[in-house]
Amino acid sequence: MLLRGVRPYGEGQPVDVLIRDGVIAEIGRKLATTCAQTRDCGGLIALPGLVDLHTHLREPGREDAETIETGSAAAALGGYTAIFAMANTDPVSDTAVLVEHIWRRGQDIGLTDVHPVGAVTVGLAGERLAELGGMAHSAAKVRIFSDDGFCVSDPLLMRRALEYCTALGAVVAQHAEDPRLTIGSQAHEGEIAARLGLAGWPATAEETIIARDCLLAQAAGARLHICHVSAAGSVDILRWAHGRGTAVSAEVTPHHLLLTDDRLHSYDPVNKVNPPLRTAADTATLRAALAEGVIDCVATDHAPHADHDKNCEWAAARTGMLGMQTALPVVAATMLAENLLDWRGIARVMSERPAAIANLPDQGRPIAVGEPATLVLVDPDVPWLVRGSESASLATNTPFEGMRFPVRVITTMLRGRVTADEGRTADQRKVIPAP
Amino acid sequence: MIVRHLLSATDLDRATVEGLLDAADQLKEGLFGRGVHKLPTLRGRTIVTLFYESSTRTRASFEIAGKWLSADVVNVSVPGSSVAKGESLRDTALALGAMGTDCLVVRHPASGAAQRVAHWLDEAQGFEEAQGLNETQRDTQTGGTRVVNAGDGTHEHPTQALLDAATLRDQLGSLDGKRISIVGDVLHSRVARSNVELLTTLGARVHLVAPPTLLPTGVRNWQVSVGHDLDVALPETDAVMMLRVQTERMRGGFFPSAREYAIMYGLSETRLALLPEHAVVLHPGPMLRGMEIASTVADSPRTMVNEQVRNGVHVRMAVLCHLLASEGEE
Repeated sequence: MLLRGVRPYGEGQPVDVLIRDGVIAEIGRKLATTCAQTRDCGGLIALPGLVDLHTHLREPGREDAETIETGSAAAALGGYTAIFAMANTDPVSDTAVLVEHIWRRGQDIGLTDVHPVGAVTVGLAGERLAELGGMAHSAAKVRIFSDDGFCVSDPLLMRRALEYCTALGAVVAQHAEDPRLTIGSQAHEGEIAARLGLAGWPATAEETIIARDCLLAQAAGARLHICHVSAAGSVDILRWAHGRGTAVSAEVTPHHLLLTDDRLHSYDPVNKVNPPLRTAADTATLRAALAEGVIDCVATDHAPHADHDKNCEWAAARTGMLGMQTALPVVAATMLAENLLDWRGIARVMSERPAAIANLPDQGRPIAVGEPATLVLVDPDVPWLVRGSESASLATNTPFEGMRFPVRVITTMLRGRVTADEGRTADQRKVIPAP
Repeated sequence: MIVRHLLSATDLDRATVEGLLDAADQLKEGLFGRGVHKLPTLRGRTIVTLFYESSTRTRASFEIAGKWLSADVVNVSVPGSSVAKGESLRDTALALGAMGTDCLVVRHPASGAAQRVAHWLDEAQGFEEAQGLNETQRDTQTGGTRVVNAGDGTHEHPTQALLDAATLRDQLGSLDGKRISIVGDVLHSRVARSNVELLTTLGARVHLVAPPTLLPTGVRNWQVSVGHDLDVALPETDAVMMLRVQTERMRGGFFPSAREYAIMYGLSETRLALLPEHAVVLHPGPMLRGMEIASTVADSPRTMVNEQVRNGVHVRMAVLCHLLASEGEE
């Protein structure tokens, strides 16, 4: 296949990219070729395929909200070529059998690489380690373990998990939330929740766990990853840990870059998420930290929920929101439009760094000859209106409903094969209409 | 202003609050000494009370208010224990709306529940709020099911604040510049939140007294003063409002013991003597005698508990009239 006129990383004049056998064979101006399949890309921006360290695909257990198939479609349409599926399914992904099933389902569907995240503890119960080695050595080659949704709050268990993973080349991804500080919590502990009578989720519940785990990881010589950093104070702790050489990485979600607790006034649970939406000061600090590299990457925490689990009273609603199809547009709106990152920076935080954290050898690669043709093409000039009803996910509720974002994902390609194009996945089922 | 639903004390501006209190006064005078407590105002209207929490006085008060206005009042109780397996709040509210309910009085343990119910009913009945309508257009739309918040979680209980304001007005006259101390578990109190808003709207100066663990985040930025010492506050107070302290808060470690709470924040006879002579004591009930209020203080003539309850009926009549009677005869 020949891509005519793309701009890698949005830099320089458009070039042609020749793809042969899933690999970038040639890059240059006006390549002369006999290639049968030529696409005129008209200056679309080319980035390495996006990598999402944090999604919830709900299969097995809640196939009414999402399946590996629909989640894969959402990933491809969002520009993702590799995604990580969290372990809080039913049953929990805490054995080699389950993680292999998820990996193989993802490969069968073929729209994106679906990497299962293994549970740290059996049943996410926080009591004893799951068989991490079995999962790491399975066909799924698990390299990230997380009890996401729950914090590994027992410091001894967390220490053991960190130590044990050093032998597996794996990283523990911590959902940083001291459960004793968030009993009954409903929303960011701040003035708005206090007025609205919503029990608070204090930033300190996140900050204290991050500080503790950075100390534990350094003592163990282990790698630690912090899921969905939401509080400004956490950034200071990460900076301090980097300064003393701790091997800690961190992610931020698109919604924590954009949305604030101002959304609480409607009591509409589409805005209910864990960790909660915080203040404008937090979003500003998180954006700056992502630009600076204190926070390594963007991960969506894509967490679909059935309508009846969201269209209810606040306290009864589940936490989480859709994310994969809106991630790049939201990051463009918050980081690119604010001149905090350029396209090369977006490639870093949405592809290269997450691939490195997860030890994926063939993702997040440079756009260069000999590299895998795992790419996403983006139109930087066509605004995109979010309609939940048009999402590929089974769940359709989204806090971004009706919002307009500055860019649009056009084509996603995994090892030379188009997985999504113009709002359709490779199997042509789902359509995003033109704006 | 005419409000479509009464969900929060913040829905009401000063003129509207005073209008409601004046209307309540007129209803009270009109009914005083009459053998028959019945006005025809809401004849043919249907009011449903939908309570997901137990309640004696609020439930009875709304029912009596509706009946004195000749409305048909239906009580629906959903015990808290059956919520998990039962019908969703949304489905229940929409069903009651579809039955032609003119006013739904909702009490629910989730903060914001009444606001959500109003949203769902407006959406289902074609009164979608905000979408393309300004406030005036929205509020002057007639018909549909009106919603009154009779207590939502730890958020608000606006008719309680109205009846408290009515009682304070009876005792103190205009509330402009009056010093009202609210004492106790402000953090978990919907009564406190509604009163802070409403009393401030009426020009009163609100002072909160509580241990730091029972004050909401950011309370220093509210339009109130805040202290921890009841003995210092009382001599400067025109009225003191004691909040109920739920003993289960003790298990959450908000304070060490009931005994220590009673000693530090309870209204004892000794403390009652610190109040200026004209000052009165309010309590939303139910009272925990010996905890936040000594039994002798609870029964003292300076304690307005029964006046509050009496005013509650008239205030709720005024609210129901405001929401339902302004539409005229059809």
